[in-house]
Amino acid sequence: MAEAVDFSTFVMARPDGACEMQLAVEGVHCAGCMAKIERTLGAMPGVTNARLNFTNRRLTVDWRRGEVEPGAIVEKLEAIGYRAHPFARAAEDEEARQAAFLLRCLAVAGFAAMNIMLLSVSVWSGNFTDITPETRDFFHWLSALIALPAAAYAGQPFYRSAINALRHGHLNMDVPISLGVLLALGLSVFETATSATHAYFDSAVMLLFFLLAGRYLDLLMRKKTRAMAGNISALKAEVAHRLEGGRVTTVPVVALRPDDEILVKPGERIPADGLLLAGTSEIDESLVTGETALKRVQPGDAVYSGSMNFDGALTLRVTATGERSLLGEVERLLEVANARRSKYLRLADRAAQLYAPMVHLTAAFTLLGWLAFGAGWHTSIVIAITVLIITCPCALALAVPAVQVVATGALFRSGVLLFSGDAVERLAEIDTVVFDKTGTLTLPEPRLANARGIAPDLLETAARLALASRHPLAKAVARESSDRRPVAGAMEEPGRGVRAMIDGAEARLGSPAFCGIDVPAAEQAESTSVIAFRHGTRTAVFQVRQTLRSDAASVVAALQAKGLDVRILSGDRNEAVADVAAALGVSEWRGEIKPADKIAVLEELKADGRKVLMVGDGLNDAPALAAATVSLSPITAADLTQAQADAVFLGEKLQPVLDSVEVSRRARRLMQQNLWLAVIYNTIAVPIAIAGFVTPLIAALAMSGSSILVTLNALRAGGRRRAPAEQATEEAAVMLPFVCH
Amino acid sequence: MDVLVYLVPVALGLGLVGLAAFFWSLKNRQYEDLEGASLRMLSDDDLPGN
Repeated sequence: MAEAVDFSTFVMARPDGACEMQLAVEGVHCAGCMAKIERTLGAMPGVTNARLNFTNRRLTVDWRRGEVEPGAIVEKLEAIGYRAHPFARAAEDEEARQAAFLLRCLAVAGFAAMNIMLLSVSVWSGNFTDITPETRDFFHWLSALIALPAAAYAGQPFYRSAINALRHGHLNMDVPISLGVLLALGLSVFETATSATHAYFDSAVMLLFFLLAGRYLDLLMRKKTRAMAGNISALKAEVAHRLEGGRVTTVPVVALRPDDEILVKPGERIPADGLLLAGTSEIDESLVTGETALKRVQPGDAVYSGSMNFDGALTLRVTATGERSLLGEVERLLEVANARRSKYLRLADRAAQLYAPMVHLTAAFTLLGWLAFGAGWHTSIVIAITVLIITCPCALALAVPAVQVVATGALFRSGVLLFSGDAVERLAEIDTVVFDKTGTLTLPEPRLANARGIAPDLLETAARLALASRHPLAKAVARESSDRRPVAGAMEEPGRGVRAMIDGAEARLGSPAFCGIDVPAAEQAESTSVIAFRHGTRTAVFQVRQTLRSDAASVVAALQAKGLDVRILSGDRNEAVADVAAALGVSEWRGEIKPADKIAVLEELKADGRKVLMVGDGLNDAPALAAATVSLSPITAADLTQAQADAVFLGEKLQPVLDSVEVSRRARRLMQQNLWLAVIYNTIAVPIAIAGFVTPLIAALAMSGSSILVTLNALRAGGRRRAPAEQATEEAAVMLPFVCH
Repeated sequence: MDVLVYLVPVALGLGLVGLAAFFWSLKNRQYEDLEGASLRMLSDDDLPGN
């Protein structure tokens, strides 16, 4: 560990004088890891408590104020083999509170439903045998005693959402739900007071229970996704070297403020936007502009967060965002794109807007019809309300969220983290896919392009030597080594290369001049960087460049086979884009375009009535992601870009893009099926209710039956059994606890 | 059927005790780490000499 990092921004001081910090931990596989971490930290003097949450891989550490340096905790973990990084957690706390509230509502509704059902079953069976009216009334009053407070508490999520929708002049699914529940309860109290045979307390509470279960699962899935994404970004969070009066302190990037002066060493990513004060270097701005050729920078130039610094040490002053050229333009475009973005109307809400008025009209006509037939006010109102109870959209309200939960879970397993709730529905609608090139179709880091043409033993030696260097080109070479131990005694000469004695001969890896090798100009293509290697008398020249993701061609072909129009929009030079487009069989592409042009192209496509999926990672893609119908980003994307995406995908493959299209299309089909099931249920149940034949028993059976049916159907969204190979790796993962230590 | 007069409240009371126990466990953060709990029982931290 080079220098201690100042993590004080992540430490939370508690009123009792203790300090607390939460960390995301990487590499925890089993009970052994958990015990090891907790025991090691617990043994640190001053630490009062260390507890690892295995579900979300987060560690909470408490210590007495002033006795432990937060950086020491991270170092300690690193020493026993776990990478950890603290994180700020404000946003997730709100979600946790919401989940806890829903769970409490669910518990109350479950308790009430069970107990009322016991009483109701007695009444139903008693109605056929010998129950006395007094006993029935007693049971009904008891049910009321349980149901009224329970519904008042457990129904809160629905009432709030319904009132909120009505206040804004909308109708959502919660309006008929709330109305149905309240009317069922009101009618039942009235019937109980008049010693009638039927009361609907059970239906009302059971309905709440089913719906709450659906909502809770939905929220749980989202929480899991969010926690995973939070961990990844915390672990990715890089540190910056801040200059304070001649001293260098290492601080987490989130602690940087405008006008701070920071030092960026060779081989590091620039942690914040800034103005270059001193030093010259070549930087790779591909994450910012999509451009793959290196750019030379000198004092006075503006540099952007996410750029990779190749050669020299740079000193820069952090500038506030939105101040200058590119970033300012991107932010302005983002505002425009977000303002223009039409709010997507969810399938369920669209269904509700048709459904709610229809149901309420049916009930009204039922009332008028029975009155016209001279049935009397009491009977007519009771029948009209039973129509509302039986049509209370339990199945309809579960139809979409149930599928969503299963689909989000399936996507989670294939490495796609969905952030927005309706992204599944929007993904299913797309007919055009627009890819960014650099970092999206290609891998985010450059790779060695000519590994096959080099003697394996020479490559291995070069790769082990490369492990000692921080230079990005050396890292691409280092990736080829099978032995991860660096060569002992390696010396790095900044800006030139790295050298060491290996097997009695000097080995040098670095610029061609450093190795004394002449590289013919013909071998230096514009998009390729060259790094040379000499070991004794043997030499090699490595070519490093952006390479396509391994499955890019097959995924693009599969997307095209699904009838999707695949296009490429890139900020890189035309020749580079043309090569990639040709390799992938994409005929529609454009290179050298600015963020504003990307939006313009998307707006044009949308004006043609197309639904566009935008996949991109660069800062220059952020406005386009916001403008698209739905958007995906690789997890390596710039932070601002990721914030605009509806989902991010993990790993080095492009497969998740294909998976997300497939899963969401299947999910949408199932959602529609479910809505139809709900409609069929209603066309059968409503005439029975209008005719006045519905008893509480029928209502309870019909409602739970239809809810269970749509839930079972939703389970199919998870997809068929996976291929044997994937299962084998999963089995290996299950075995891991026993082989870990 | 006089027995109902006290049996039913007893049954309800038991149900409420269950509900209260659930709330207690929720407040006590028993559901925060379900996967971890299944692994923790495998470790022998509670044995003397460990």
